[in-house]
Parts: sequence; structure tokens; C-alpha cells
Amino acid sequence: MDIGFLAQYVLSGIMLGVVYAMVAVGFTLYFGVLDVINFSHGDVLTAGAFVSLATYLGLRAAGVESHVVMLPIMLAAGLGAMALLGLAVAKFFVLPMRSAPPFITLLITLMVGIAIRESIRLFYPSGSNPQSFPSILPKTAYHWGNLIVRHDTLILIVTGVTVIALVNLFINRTRAGLAIRAVAQDGETAKIMGINFQWIVLLAFALGSALAALAGVMNGLYYNEINFGTGLMLGIIGFCAAVVGGLGNIYGAILGGFLFALLQTIVVVAAPSFTAYKDVFAFGAIILLMVAKPTGLIGEVASERV
Amino acid sequence: MISPDKLPLRDSGAMPSPGKPPGPAVAVMAVIAVAAFGTILLWVHDQWSLLALAVAAAIAVAVAVRTGAAARVERAFIAREGAMNGVVVAAFLVAIAVLARQDFSLLILSTVLLYCTACMGLTVQLGYCGVLNFAGAAFFGAGAYTAAVLGAHTATPHLLVVLAGGAVAGLLGSVLLLPVLRTRGHYAALITVAFGIMFRSFLEVNNTLGGPQGLTVPGMTLFGWSLSQGIAIGSVTLSFYFNYALVALGLAIAVYVVTRRLERSWVGMHFDAVRIDELAASTFGLNVQGLKIVAFVIGNVFVGMAGAVFAMMTGFISPTDFDFSTSLVLIAIIMLGGIGNLWGILPAAAFVLILPEKLQAIQEYRFLLYAAAVILVLLYRPDGLFPRRLRRYFPPKARR
Repeated sequence: MDIGFLAQYVLSGIMLGVVYAMVAVGFTLYFGVLDVINFSHGDVLTAGAFVSLATYLGLRAAGVESHVVMLPIMLAAGLGAMALLGLAVAKFFVLPMRSAPPFITLLITLMVGIAIRESIRLFYPSGSNPQSFPSILPKTAYHWGNLIVRHDTLILIVTGVTVIALVNLFINRTRAGLAIRAVAQDGETAKIMGINFQWIVLLAFALGSALAALAGVMNGLYYNEINFGTGLMLGIIGFCAAVVGGLGNIYGAILGGFLFALLQTIVVVAAPSFTAYKDVFAFGAIILLMVAKPTGLIGEVASERV
Repeated sequence: MISPDKLPLRDSGAMPSPGKPPGPAVAVMAVIAVAAFGTILLWVHDQWSLLALAVAAAIAVAVAVRTGAAARVERAFIAREGAMNGVVVAAFLVAIAVLARQDFSLLILSTVLLYCTACMGLTVQLGYCGVLNFAGAAFFGAGAYTAAVLGAHTATPHLLVVLAGGAVAGLLGSVLLLPVLRTRGHYAALITVAFGIMFRSFLEVNNTLGGPQGLTVPGMTLFGWSLSQGIAIGSVTLSFYFNYALVALGLAIAVYVVTRRLERSWVGMHFDAVRIDELAASTFGLNVQGLKIVAFVIGNVFVGMAGAVFAMMTGFISPTDFDFSTSLVLIAIIMLGGIGNLWGILPAAAFVLILPEKLQAIQEYRFLLYAAAVILVLLYRPDGLFPRRLRRYFPPKARR
């Protein structure tokens, strides 16, 4: 196979991996602070993309043409709205269920996700049809032989990697990050140490949801299309990535995200006639990986408290 | 006779004072009322009458709970379970007979019964043994596709096809045994979620199984009698769904009987122990892994059998019938009914399936409404609408 084509696949694989990793980091943040799975995460991603799209259309209607002006406003609107939505999910649906079995939290967030998804489908104008997402980033490209590197892809990848690195820095280097890690390690003790538990949980949910919104916008910019179900699959893939990496571990989530993209890309590269089976293969491989590593690649140190 | 009121029920405080043993009359009347209500609900099409019926039902339920009639009905059910089961079956038969010429009503009724059957399978898994299964639709689909393939390409007798649907679902589930047993909690949830998605996307891309267009399924033939032709009595021709409603009822009864026997047996006790505390169960020498295997496989077999009958009834299946949201509907039904409570499944399934079908005004909004209903129940009644009562270790007769 031509090296240019291979590089093309690697590039698109990296792009997928960045988006998956951003979604997975959200799952792992939630799991870290509260030991819960927030299944509405994928639909928050969709909602973020839709809010940004609506902002774009609003700005266009208001006569703003400059993409440089539009993009920050779109991002601010999408990320801000989703941070608030994340707060609301945590405050009204996740925190009240703390004493219930984990299965209940999983179910309630699944239902919140359906509610968000269906609301988009029903209440966004012609929301049941795919919506075209504006191509705001430059469409120009570098050409090296067969390899075509679109500038927008490069910008998206660099943005994604930078954001993930920043989140990592935030978690590991700031006081708020320290508080998040403290709550993740032991909520009760963190409370005794004077950490505002609820505030930290809400912070983690807002952060994760804003990340999801960013991933949604990036996904929209990359494919130039979004629909109400976009986040369903991305959410499930992000969940798989976070679990396979090892829940509660931010490096695990990143690793899992890229691993899932790698699995999908391998099928496309190695067996082009089976391209349609790439999801079947990827999910099957994930199940097998879980057999080998039941608590994820970078597993939690499991200790049974009786 | 000592009334079962003395037995430890979870919320016995809410029960009316125990005095006389509960008479069956109230319970029988309740069953008749509910059956009549259900039949009328399926019969009428006018949107305003339907709305009025829904409001009337809500008021009736509220009044019954307030006056303690609901509790009396429940006690009567507990005291005379065999007889009451018979009454319910009779009520179903009457309802089916009344609706005998209405295609659509019978289709909904049969669908409710088949979903109940599938949910009983999930109850064995989640409600009894605590094994979470988010791939219910996949096993339902496994049974359905088995029926489609066997029905189209072989001359297998159709009763065997139903069993084969169950067997294939059970076998398919066995592939997941190792991952499900090795993982716990959220990690185990991932396995079934991933499997459900995998199954659906496999069906979408596999052209041998019809791809996204799906497959047509030949109707059921029992003992040389084709169920897809309505019975003619004199000049009156009954809907062919009449036949399927009877088959669905038969399957539901069979699965109910097996599930109840299982729950009452030592196996059911061991399931409870595993669900409540795995570690404690294993220190008492229970074979935790073995019990989980039994629960998971039996549950999947039930789901698969329901799927096979469903396919033969609708005559056409496609991957969209078996996607993740169908799995969620199944989970939502057992959740609403009260996890582990077999009788809770029926009203929950009826609520989840009949209401959106009948009220066309809200049909578009049905997933939003499910979600809202389940969220409300989880927030305010986390044990479901009809919580499972604590196990009764001694049936009334043995204590006499």
C-alpha cells in the first residue's frame, strides 16, 4: 500500500482518537469524583453542537460574516450552555441518587440522555433530519504526493490535543484539580479536610460537559453534519474507551480513546472489504480486552471492602 | 387460618390493620375492573375518550391506594395466588375474545404479552440474580432472526422454532459469560452495552440476514393450522392476531410458571443471596459464578423465545427493531414495575406500550415521555411502582 494513503488513514485515525479521548475524559472525571457513570454525556455532546449551530445561524441572521468573530462566540455559547447543563444533571439527577445503587444512577442518566436527545429531535426546527454544520475553518490543504492534509483537520487535532493536555494540567497542577483528585480518592476524608464536596462534584461535571460540547463542535466541523443521534454512538464509544482504559484514570481514558480509533482504522486499512464491520470488530475487540483486563488497561487497584 | 399480614412485608406500616383474612371478592373485582378498562382502552379510538379514560384510571388508582383497596387486593393475591392467577388468565381470555375482530388492538395486546415474557427473562437476570443486561434487544433479535431463518429455509415445526429461538439466544449469551463473570459493576454494564451495539451493527451490514432492509418471516403454523389466517365461525371471521394473542398468552403463562417456580425454589433463594451480597453468598459456599451463569442463560432463553414469536407475529423484522433503545424500553419496564416483581411487569408494560400507541397525539413524544416517567419514578419511588415484597418463607398453608 502506498505510504501516502497509510498516512491519510493514520491522520483520520488520530482525529477520531482525539474526539473519542475528549469524550472518554468526561466519563472518567465523573467516575473519579462520584463513582458514577453519566450516560447522558453523549447527548450533552450533541446538545453542545446544536447550541453552537444555533448560535452560528443567529449570528448569520444578525449580519455577522467574519468567521474569526463567529467561532469564539459559538464555542462560548456551546461550552457555556453545556457546562450549565452538566451542572443541572449533576445537581438534580446524580447527586440526589448518591445513596442508591450505582445501577440506578446509570439508568437515570441514560433516561436524561434520552430526554435531551428527544428534545433536540422534537423541538429543534426539523431536528429529526441531519443538519449541515458550517465549515468555518479554512478549507485549504497541504499536498504531499497522495497525502492531503486539510488545514482544518490539523487545527482540530492540535486543538484537541492541547485541550486534553490543559485538562490534564488542570487536574494535576492546580488547587481545584487537587481538590478533584482528593474527592476522587476519598469523598468523606476530602470533606473533613474542608473541601466543598458538592462544589467539586459540580465543577467536575461542568468541566466534563464543556469538554463534550467542544468534542461535539469539533465533530461537527470535521464532518460538516450533525444530527440528533450523533452523540449516542460517540457517547457509547467514549464510555467504552474510558472503561477499557480504566475508569477514573485520565491517562486510561486518553489511551482508550486512541485505542478505539486504532481498532476501527485497522479494519479499514487491513481488510477494506470488511469496512462495514469496523464497529462490530471494534466492540468485539473491546469485549475481549475486558476479559483479559477486567478492570481496564490501567486498572484501578481493586480492594474489596467488606 | 393465620393471615399473611403477620409475615414481614417491607412496608407493612402502610398496610391497613390486619383483622379478617382478605376476601378474594375485592381482588376478583379489581381484576375484572382492570381487564374491562384495558379492553375498553384497546377498543376506543377517539382521542378525547382515550384521554378521559387515562384520567379516570389515574383517579381510580389514587382512590384505591387512599382507601386501602389496593393493599387489600395485594393481600388477596398473596393469600390465594393460584386462584388469582387463574382469574387473571380468564380475564385475559375474555378480553381477547371481546377484541377478537380488532386487528390493531390484538396486535398491541400480543406485543404487551411478548414484552412481558422478555421482561420476565430480564427479571431472572437482574431482579433475582443481579446480573445487569443492557442487551435485551439483542437477545430478542437473536430469537427473531432465528425464527426468520428457520422459517424461510427449513421445515422445522414452529413450536420447535420458538424453542430454537430461545436456544440460539441462550447460546449467543453464553459467548458473553466469560466477560460478564470476570467483570463487575460498571465494567459488566459495558460488556452488554457493547454487545448490544455490536449485534445491531452486525445486522445492519450483514447482507445474508437482510441488512438494513430486514427479513420477512413466515407466519406460524401449529399442527397444520396456519395462524396467519383468521378463524371463520359461521359468517364471522376473527382477526388472525386472535391466534397470535392466544400463543403469546400461552408463552407468557409458561414462562411465568417456570419463573415463579424458579423464584420459589432453592435456586431462587441462592439468586437472592448472590444479588444482595456476592461475597457473603460465596462465604456460605454458594457457587456464585454457577448461579450467575444459570440466571443469565435462562433469562436469555426467555427473551429469545419471546423474540421468535414476535417475529412470526409481525411477519417482518429489521435491525431497527432491536437497537439500544429497545433494550432500554425493556429495562424501563422492569424498573417501572419494580425490579424483581413479576406482577409489576404487566401494568408497566401496558403503560409503556399501550399508551403511546393509542394516544396518537403523544406518539411522537413517546420516548421523551418514557424517559420522563422513568426519571420521576427513580427520583421519587426508586423501588418502582410495585416494589417486590420480601420473600415469604412459609406459604400460608404450612403455618396453619
